[in-house]
Amino acid sequence: MAFFLQELVNGLTTGALYALVALGFTMVYGVLKLLNFAHGDLYMVGAYVGFFVIQWFGGPSHVSIPVPLLLVIMFVLAALLVGGLGVAMERFAYRPLRDAPRIAPLITAIGVSFFLENSAQLLFGAQPRIYNTSEFISLSSGIQIGSVTIDSVQIMVLVLAVLLTVGLRYLVNRTALGRQMRAVAADREAAEMLGINVNFTIAATFFIGGALAGVAGVMGGLLFNQVTPTIGFIAGLKAFTAAVVGGIGSIPGAVLGGLLIGVAESFITGYISSTYSNLLVFLLLIAVMLVRPSGLLGRVQLQKV
Amino acid sequence: MSLDSQPPAAGPQVGADEWVARQAGRREYLPSWMGDAQRRWERIGWWPRLAIVGLAAAVLPLIGLGGFQLQVGIDTLVIVLLALGLNIVVGWAGLLDLGYVAFFGFGAYGFALLSSAQIGSSGIHLPAYLSVPIVMVGAAILGLLVGWPSRRLIGDYLAIVTLFFGEAFVEFTNNVAPKVLGGPNGIVGIDPIRGFGLQLTSNTGYYYLLVILAVVTMAVLRLLDSSRTGRAWRAVREDPLAAASMTIPVNRVKLMAFSFGAVVAALAGTIFAAQQISVFPTDFDTPILILVYAGLVLGGAGSIAGAAAGAVVVMVIYDGLLRSPTDSGYLFYGLILLTLVVKLRPWRRLAAVLAATAALGFATHAIARAISASAVAGGPQSTGWLGDALRYWVTIPANATALGNWGYVLLVCLLIALVQVKGRWRTILLVPTLYLASFVWETVLSAQPAVTRQLMIGAILIVMMIARPQGLLGSRRVEAPT
Repeated sequence: MAFFLQELVNGLTTGALYALVALGFTMVYGVLKLLNFAHGDLYMVGAYVGFFVIQWFGGPSHVSIPVPLLLVIMFVLAALLVGGLGVAMERFAYRPLRDAPRIAPLITAIGVSFFLENSAQLLFGAQPRIYNTSEFISLSSGIQIGSVTIDSVQIMVLVLAVLLTVGLRYLVNRTALGRQMRAVAADREAAEMLGINVNFTIAATFFIGGALAGVAGVMGGLLFNQVTPTIGFIAGLKAFTAAVVGGIGSIPGAVLGGLLIGVAESFITGYISSTYSNLLVFLLLIAVMLVRPSGLLGRVQLQKV
Repeated sequence: MSLDSQPPAAGPQVGADEWVARQAGRREYLPSWMGDAQRRWERIGWWPRLAIVGLAAAVLPLIGLGGFQLQVGIDTLVIVLLALGLNIVVGWAGLLDLGYVAFFGFGAYGFALLSSAQIGSSGIHLPAYLSVPIVMVGAAILGLLVGWPSRRLIGDYLAIVTLFFGEAFVEFTNNVAPKVLGGPNGIVGIDPIRGFGLQLTSNTGYYYLLVILAVVTMAVLRLLDSSRTGRAWRAVREDPLAAASMTIPVNRVKLMAFSFGAVVAALAGTIFAAQQISVFPTDFDTPILILVYAGLVLGGAGSIAGAAAGAVVVMVIYDGLLRSPTDSGYLFYGLILLTLVVKLRPWRRLAAVLAATAALGFATHAIARAISASAVAGGPQSTGWLGDALRYWVTIPANATALGNWGYVLLVCLLIALVQVKGRWRTILLVPTLYLASFVWETVLSAQPAVTRQLMIGAILIVMMIARPQGLLGSRRVEAPT
C-alpha cells in the first residue's frame, strides 16, 4: 500500500508537469486548430534557461543569492523567454499559413520542432546538462506521511502547478483576454468582425502556452535533474497524449489527461517494467483515439459543411 | 523579390479549381532558353522523360561514380522510393501520415527476419523472390490496420495516431523480444538479395536494382495517378464530403492510399536492409521521417517528378554536408548564391547586394584587425581557394565558438526580421544577414556537420511551406474561400 501511495505521489508530480505542457498545447489547438508539434521543444528550452540561470548565479554548489530568489528568477525568466519564443514561432512560422490548407502548418510545425531541437544541440551540445538539484535544495525537508515521502521539489511542483492552473482558469473564464480567446476559438472570422484583435489574441495564447511550457521545463530540470536537447520530443509526445486523452481543446481535460498519464506511467514503471512504459503509454493513446477520439472531456465536433 | 515568371498571387481565385490551376501553371515558363528547353521537355510525354532520367541515373556509375558517391546514390534512391510512397498518402490522398517510416522499418525488419539467422536455430533464409513479396503483403495488411482509424478520424487525429504508431514502432523494436529483434543492437548479418542463382553483393548491383525499382515505381504511380483510383484520391483530398456525395467510397479510398504507401515504403525497406546488411531501431526514427517529408515538400507534394527530384536534392545536401568542411562550404555558399541569383531581381539589386556584402566584409575585417590582431586570429574552417578567399573577408577572433553561438541566435533573429520587413529595408538587411551567415558558418555550423544538416532539413520544411507550399515542381492548389 505504501508503495502504491508513493508511486501515486510520484505519478501526480510528473503528471502535473505534463499537464502544464499539455495546457499550452491544448490552448493553441483551441484558437488555431493547429497541432503544434514544436510545443514540447519549448519545454526543453525552458529547462535550458533554468540551467543557465543556476550557472549564472554561481552554479548549484555555491549559489550566490538566496535559493528562493534563485527559483523565482528561474521560473520568471523561463516563462518570459520561452513565452517570447512561442510568440516568435507563431509570428514567423504559423501566421503566414493561417489560411493555407490544414496540412501545411502541420508540416511546418514538424519542421519548427526539428529546427529547435537541433539548434539546442548546436548551441548547448548533445551531452546532458546536470541541474544537481540536491545541492541547493534539501530534498529531505519534505513532508512524511506514514511511509510516503513528498520531497520539497515535489511539493513545489504540485503547488505551483495548481496555482498556475487555477490562474489560467481565471484568465480564460473571467478576463477580457480570456473572453477574446474563447471567441477566437469558437469562430475566428466572427470574432474579427466583432472587433477582436485576432492576431494579438493568438500571439497572447502562444505566449501563455509557451510560458507554461517554460515553467514546466524548469520543473522538469529540478525533478529529473538533467537536460538534453531531445527531452522536448518525449515531453511533447507525453503532452499530446495528455491533451488528447483529456479531450483536445479542453483545459480541464488537459489537466486531467496530464495527471492520468503521469500516474499511469508511474504505475507501469513501478509494477510492470520501465522498459515498456513509453510503449504502453503510446498504445494507451492509440486505444483512446480509436475508442473515443474526442477524449474524456472533449466534445464531439460536428463537421460544418 | 519574386520570380518574374510567377503571376501575381492575389489570394484564392474563385471558381478556379485544381484543373484550371494546373492548366494555368502549364503556361508559366522560365525566361529565355530555359523556357524553350522546358517546353520541349514537357512535350515529349511522360514515358520517354522517365526513360531519359532512368538512363541518366544508370550512366552515372559508368562515368566514375564510385565509393562514397555510390553510397550516396543508394541512400538517395532509397529516399526517392520513400518519397514516392509518401506522395501517395500525403500528396494525393491528403492524409498526414507521421508514422510512415514505421512501414519502412517494417519492411527492413521483415526482410531481416526472413533472411538471417535470427529466428530458430539456423534461421530462415528465404530467397528474395519469396521474402520481398511476403514483406510487401505484410506491409499492406499493416497499412490497412493502421489506416483503419482514418475511417472516422479527420486530419489532425490521424496525424496523432500515426505519429504515435511510428514512435511505438521504434519503442517496440528497441524493447520487445530482444532475442529476436535484437533490441538497440538491431539485427546484423542479413542475407543479400538473392534468387534464381543470382546474388547481389556489390554496391553497383544495388544501385542498379534501386534505379530499376524507382523507374518502375514511378511508371506504376504515373498510371495509378491517371486511373480511377488516382482521381478518387484527389477528390477525397479536396473535399471528402463532396467526394462521398459523388459515390466515392471515401474510407476505402483512404485505406487504399495508406496501404499503397506502406507497400512502397516496405519495398524500400527490404532493399535498405539487404544493402546495409544490418538494421537498427534508430534507422527508423523521426529524422528519417523528416528527411522524407523535406524531400517531398521541397519537390512538391502531389507530383511524382517533384517527389523524386526533391528527395534527390535533399539527400545531396544532407550527405554532401558530411564531407570535409571545404566541400560543405562550397555547397553552403553555392546554395546561398543560387538562391540569391534566382530570387533577387533585377540584376542591379543582386549586384548591389553582393558588392555591399563583400565591402562590408573587407571593411569589418580591416577595422577589426586595426583594433586588435587577436580579433582576426581565428581563420575560417574552409580551406583551399575558398578558405584563402575568405581569410581577409570574414572576421573570426580566436576561440570563436561562444561568439559563434551568439551569432547563430542573432542570425535566426535577423532571418525572422528579414521576413517581416518589406521593400528596400529587406534589401539593406540582407547584407549584414549574409555576412553573419558566413561568420556563423565558419565558426559553428561547419564544425558540427551532423547537426547542421539536420538544421538544414528543418529549415527547408519551414521555409518551403511558407514561401512556396506547392514545392519546386508541384502545381499550386487553389482553394475556393469557405
